[in-house]
Amino acid sequence: MSERASTAPTDGATGETTPSDGESTAPDDAPARPRTGATSVVEALENAGVEYCFGVQGGAIMPVYDALYDSESVRHVTMAHEQGAAHAADAYGIVSGEPGVCMATSGPGATNLVTGIADASMDSDPVVALTGQVPTDFVGNDAFQETDTTGVTAPITKHNYFASGSDTVGDDVSEAFGLARSGRPGPTLVDLPKDVTQAETDREPGPPTTPDTYQVTERADPSAVREAADAIESANRPLLLVGGGVIKGDASDEVRRFATTYDLPVTTTMPAVGAFPEDHELALEMAGMHGTGYANMAITHTDCLVAVGCRFDDRLTGGIETFAPDAEVVHVDIDPAEISKNIEADYPLVGDAGTVVTQLDEAMRAAPETKKWRATCQQWKSEYPMDYATPEDEPLKPQFVVEAFDEATEDDAIVTTGVGQHQMWAVQYWTYTEPRTWVSSHGLGTMGYGLPAAIGAKVAAPDRQVVSFEGDGSFLMTMQELSVAVRENLDITVVVLNNEHIGMVRQWQDAFYDRRRMASEYHWCPDFATLAEGFGAKGISVAEYDDVADAITEALEYDGPAVLDCYIDPEENVYPMVPSGGDNGQFALEEGHL
Amino acid sequence: MSSGLTGPAPDERPTPEGRRNAQGIRIDPEVEAEPATRRAVISVLVEHEPGVLSKVSGLFSRRQFNIESLTVGPTEDDSRARITVVTEESDPGIDQIEKQLRKQIPVISVKELPGDAINRELALVKVEAEHPDQVSAVAEMYDAKTVDACPETVTVEITGSRQKIRAAVETFERFGVREVTRTGTAALARGTESTTDDTTPRSTNQ
Repeated sequence: MSERASTAPTDGATGETTPSDGESTAPDDAPARPRTGATSVVEALENAGVEYCFGVQGGAIMPVYDALYDSESVRHVTMAHEQGAAHAADAYGIVSGEPGVCMATSGPGATNLVTGIADASMDSDPVVALTGQVPTDFVGNDAFQETDTTGVTAPITKHNYFASGSDTVGDDVSEAFGLARSGRPGPTLVDLPKDVTQAETDREPGPPTTPDTYQVTERADPSAVREAADAIESANRPLLLVGGGVIKGDASDEVRRFATTYDLPVTTTMPAVGAFPEDHELALEMAGMHGTGYANMAITHTDCLVAVGCRFDDRLTGGIETFAPDAEVVHVDIDPAEISKNIEADYPLVGDAGTVVTQLDEAMRAAPETKKWRATCQQWKSEYPMDYATPEDEPLKPQFVVEAFDEATEDDAIVTTGVGQHQMWAVQYWTYTEPRTWVSSHGLGTMGYGLPAAIGAKVAAPDRQVVSFEGDGSFLMTMQELSVAVRENLDITVVVLNNEHIGMVRQWQDAFYDRRRMASEYHWCPDFATLAEGFGAKGISVAEYDDVADAITEALEYDGPAVLDCYIDPEENVYPMVPSGGDNGQFALEEGHL
Repeated sequence: MSSGLTGPAPDERPTPEGRRNAQGIRIDPEVEAEPATRRAVISVLVEHEPGVLSKVSGLFSRRQFNIESLTVGPTEDDSRARITVVTEESDPGIDQIEKQLRKQIPVISVKELPGDAINRELALVKVEAEHPDQVSAVAEMYDAKTVDACPETVTVEITGSRQKIRAAVETFERFGVREVTRTGTAALARGTESTTDDTTPRSTNQ
């Protein structure tokens, strides 16, 4: 990592200053700097235990950066684009469990964060975004680089603040931290007008806290737990559905204990991948649109679905009518608004995932009789194995590359991905056994997430291997962040599963639009290995099965960012697949089933 | 070399009999069971701070909830404002509205008011004044007050339930109505019952 905040003057598109800023170059013998609102902002970061923040300098945020210059404990990672900063902060939050911090200036800086904030919002990731704003007197005047940032981000933040004064701005930031990490995590934002951060103040911010109106229920109502336990005990085909809340709530151990104590088959949503070891006998892996056949059979035929920390996204449920149609639903969630939002809960349990699962465990008097049901699940596992064809005369199969990387890396290696076919192969053909090892854009489906997320993940966990799978289309969207990985000498490996298509769109066009491949063929893709070298990273290309092992070794052994461009079969598709809005039990194993 | 995904085709797999409706509620597959909509008056107590109304109204638009009316004003406590939302939704929809409102940080209390709550709306109706005595007679029927008059128009103020105002406006139409403005419903619970939900902690309420 660089020693401190970059001191080089930034003069990029978002780095201009207005003539009214009144900045001057301080002489070396400048007197002690006054304590300002910006000082409070940085103190609030320090109080929250922030070690790293990701951002891009600019006019309106400059006072905060100036205060950051003096911070001993907060390090700033300058990103190539604000979207990269938001994704890096998001991934940092997923891997570390502590809020990731991203910073940007007003106007374009703030709007460039929007995709990343929306992504964090959909996935309930703890992120604190700090944005510069034009001076208060200019707000509403369409001043240079002005955007109504709190207005723009209101629907995609858990809560946001417009800092109204230098005395209170530190507390605003502290509260943003308190809210981002407590209860159901999520992104918060503090918009910082330049006059507020520049003005002097002697007020120090308090520690991270939440407002009085925000109350979180940790323990579920005991009588509701009793009823839910009764339902699970008497079920014939109980299924545990683990959602992302189990990872956010660090409840993986409790869930593993509960599943193994009562021999409950376990399936996960995509954000929960890694919450339950996929190599365990009870594991059915991921359910939903590209979930395993056996998970989707189980979820369709269960009579008691115990859902923990999941929000029943349509990519999981398929058509609501056919989702777990015979199941009584026990739904554990810390957010009451998730209960019966999409799927009615017969047994609603509001509370923290780990706490409520422990409550359920204590309430259970007997294990349900699941022997026959488990045998059925095992039979589905043998009937619908995850597999792919590897004819030697055909181009490289992406699944082979994913499996080979899984073999070559440590168990606690972190996988990040962009969005598309490569993301699905990375989740399907890698065996995840630990929480916080799978870092992806789930709810929003943001292409280009993988590389900036890998940067955030590596900063959060410098001792662990980080592999980012990207598609060629996805990688093109944020590959400028490679410059950051090179500058910070981050030892990450980017694997481009390159099929010269925006592959998932191509797959859908082939299946549902008479193979009319409108705007999905990317034959103009650059040579990513050469580009990587241009950035100062290691660039490797591979196209043959026989070369894969050596290429992986070379990429993993390189001390710094390496890009492995894999020319894969451009016609390979992702299966199993439940067509959008379809019946999970009717998943297609090939195009003929659609 | 391996062979790819195998297993029975979709139509060879067993399929459960059960079904859910669009709200995710398990139903008898033989019977259509989409819940009917109903009118609900929801009283929301919020911190009186900038941007609250936009947060609340934005919630309705982005979640596609149907608002009939939304009024907001200060309360007996300077730091708090009360929002009265009238909505037409199914029971699961109303439930979801209440939960989503509760999630907003500036929201202190959310309560659906019972049917006997006091609901009032104010309307100003500008009527053609060709027959001022008849207009005045109709106004009297509806307990309306004349607040402005000129040779061409009479403007009356009507306070009351939504039904009363609708009926009054319809009656005034015989003279010709130039303009109408209505405030939307403001409501309070009747008697000693509190309009504020102060019994249940926000996040445990289902």
